[in-house]
Amino acid sequence: MRPFDYQRADALDQATQATHAGGAMAIAGGTNLIDLMKLQVETPVTLVDINALPLDAIAVDGDGLGIGALVTNTDAANDERIRRDYPLLARAILAGATQQLRNKATTGGNLCQRTRCYYFTNIDQPCNKREPGSGCGAIKGIARLHAILGTSDQCIATYPGDMAVALAALDAAVVIAAADGGERAVPVRDFHRLPGDTPERDNVLEPGDVITAVTLPAPVSGRQIYRKVCARSPRSSIWPMVASTAPTSRSAGWRTSRGTTRGSRNCWSAKSRRCRCSTRPPTCCSKTRKAMARTISRYRSHDGRWPPCCARPRGSSHERAPETRRTR
Amino acid sequence: MITVNGAEHALPDDPRTSLLDFLRRDVGLTGTKKGCDHGQCGACTVIVDGIRINSCLTLAVMHDGDEVTTIEGIGTPDAPSALQAAFVKHDGFQCGYCTPGQICSATAMLDEIAAGWPSDVTDDPAERPTLTDEEIRERMSGNLCRCGAYSNIVAAIREVAGARS
Repeated sequence: MRPFDYQRADALDQATQATHAGGAMAIAGGTNLIDLMKLQVETPVTLVDINALPLDAIAVDGDGLGIGALVTNTDAANDERIRRDYPLLARAILAGATQQLRNKATTGGNLCQRTRCYYFTNIDQPCNKREPGSGCGAIKGIARLHAILGTSDQCIATYPGDMAVALAALDAAVVIAAADGGERAVPVRDFHRLPGDTPERDNVLEPGDVITAVTLPAPVSGRQIYRKVCARSPRSSIWPMVASTAPTSRSAGWRTSRGTTRGSRNCWSAKSRRCRCSTRPPTCCSKTRKAMARTISRYRSHDGRWPPCCARPRGSSHERAPETRRTR
Repeated sequence: MITVNGAEHALPDDPRTSLLDFLRRDVGLTGTKKGCDHGQCGACTVIVDGIRINSCLTLAVMHDGDEVTTIEGIGTPDAPSALQAAFVKHDGFQCGYCTPGQICSATAMLDEIAAGWPSDVTDDPAERPTLTDEEIRERMSGNLCRCGAYSNIVAAIREVAGARS
């Protein structure tokens, strides 16, 4: 791990000012950041510990709920109101990582976790996300866990989280404090960015921005389902290949969001939809299938693994579809 | 200052020191093991303020004022905890490298069950979970055992959990 200057922020303005400086990063749970610092993927000059900030409460916010940025994944999944009114969120959180990790990981930090692309985490490999301009090892390389939607010719990495998929389906928003003292709310659907020409920027956060909370609107009625498809089990210790959510009721139609198959951001903003006319969840449309096929043929010559939702016709050569398990 | 098994210690000067390295190197408590050092194997699991965490993925300087319990604080060879005794009885290990992490993890897990925390295999997250073997396996999935002593680990935990309820 490279040396760094360690600071503790006692107030929000102190945190935004300290992280505004070049090379400074905020640390909360640290489960992803410390791992990447050990690998020298992240090399902050200054590490600003924000754990002392009063952002660790879950409180009623209008008709909905406000989850402080420092609320741990465990505390969010254990909260009675979330278990009762937003079971989709509790299920998505519990579907990820391990209890030890969820005990440290925070709501804000979880949104900021970085891709698990093995070219990104290996500093001997080229990676435009880690080192802009160095190239992408995954494109035309071994790419078993990479994006099939939302890629660019710079990056085909995915966003690894479970929680954000549920938050997107629930129309949650991220509340962000800026270094100039301002505050803004960004829908979770718009928080993560597509790689484009700047794959090094995972999300819309600017230097000095600190996430303070995630707000949930009023609960939706109906049954809520979180479905996660993984290449192997136990599924909780790895990230999803495909994760989709659907808080549903027949009268309101299906609301879905899908994550992770898409490059490094919200697959949900384009793929999510509300089908008031349908009593079945929207399935993979022909347009989506064509987009997947385009990505696979263009960037994934080594391993064109087809996702189960658009498996090739019987008789063609393709790998066995990954294990599918339905979350209760 | 940081309290480890009831004794106070000064925090390390180098902020890079992980809690795991601090416990093993600076405090001299080598019961906590370094396996992968990336939060995947669970061998470094310790209990901080009643919560189990991976000590490899946290910096010691971030634990000013915290109370840490390691395997040395859970029991001794002369006075083992109920889980330690059950692991011996049920042969819940072979090489033993993952065992301190398994026992720290299971110790906290039994409290989590008692507190009604849901898991990924809980049918309805709004309901209190019951401790089935499937629940034990899911909740212990953060602790890997390369010897494959899982079935005996589950048996040991089940016995202690059954005695408690």
